[in-house]
Amino acid sequence: MRTASSITRPVALTSAHALPILFAALLGVVLIAGAGFASTPALHNAAHDQRHSIGFPCH
Amino acid sequence: MHLFRNIVFIAALVGLGAGLVLTVLQHFGTQPLIVQAEVFEQANAAKAEAAPHEHPAGAAEHHHDEAAWEPADGAERFGWTLVANIVAGVGFALLLVAASELKGGLTSWREGLLWGLAGFLVFTLAPSVGLPPEAPGVEGAPLMDRQIWWVATAIATAAGLALIVYGRSPLTAVAAVALIAAPHVIGAPQPSEPPAIPHALEHGFVVAVIVTGFLFWATLGTLAGALRNRFVEA
Repeated sequence: MRTASSITRPVALTSAHALPILFAALLGVVLIAGAGFASTPALHNAAHDQRHSIGFPCH
Repeated sequence: MHLFRNIVFIAALVGLGAGLVLTVLQHFGTQPLIVQAEVFEQANAAKAEAAPHEHPAGAAEHHHDEAAWEPADGAERFGWTLVANIVAGVGFALLLVAASELKGGLTSWREGLLWGLAGFLVFTLAPSVGLPPEAPGVEGAPLMDRQIWWVATAIATAAGLALIVYGRSPLTAVAAVALIAAPHVIGAPQPSEPPAIPHALEHGFVVAVIVTGFLFWATLGTLAGALRNRFVEA
């Protein structure tokens, strides 16, 4: 990472950084949606106490 | 690809740690209240079930929740709560670490803690203003409406905070305040019935969720800052 950033120009850096950051954030959204928002009964029941305890809308 | 891998690696460790802490906090904070509230919830459900109710024609697929799988009380239920907490913890950690990488990455645990406090404002406090955390037995407005309002409020609050911190002109500050206030001016979807559990229990649950949420986010942010810092030095 260090070597790459010393070679690459700053302008290229931002666009090269934006995509992996975006994908990491999307992965986060998918995990949160699965744990907190998916309505599949089995998922809902497994995560039931967690949904109430984090303050996600439940039921 | 290095950056993606690093973010996921840090977020996985942070989410695991914060999820474990959250589970311990919930075990003593919110879980006893959920169990208490479920006694009322089940009594009310039994009452409703006993009352004659008609299934409309063509509703052959109508089924009651009891038919679906649910974890058995005890270790199984605790285990799934732990899993769900870690999954949500890793998800929130991914958002926090990814967002902070946009600003060059966290440089200390203290900076991480500040980001964690922002996470608390965005994902716990702001949604709770309109949709107070509900113990079982508190019937809300239709679920989809509440989920939409919850997500929209989190996004508006996050955007507003970002504008306050990184905006350069008074105009962006005004826009930020408007963004943060908007979901509450529009108003959250409200339930049609009063809660079916005692008021003290309902209130105690709201406080327990907000306090555990605060400690969860403080842990998550601090861990993220400390780990990210170590990672870069190594």
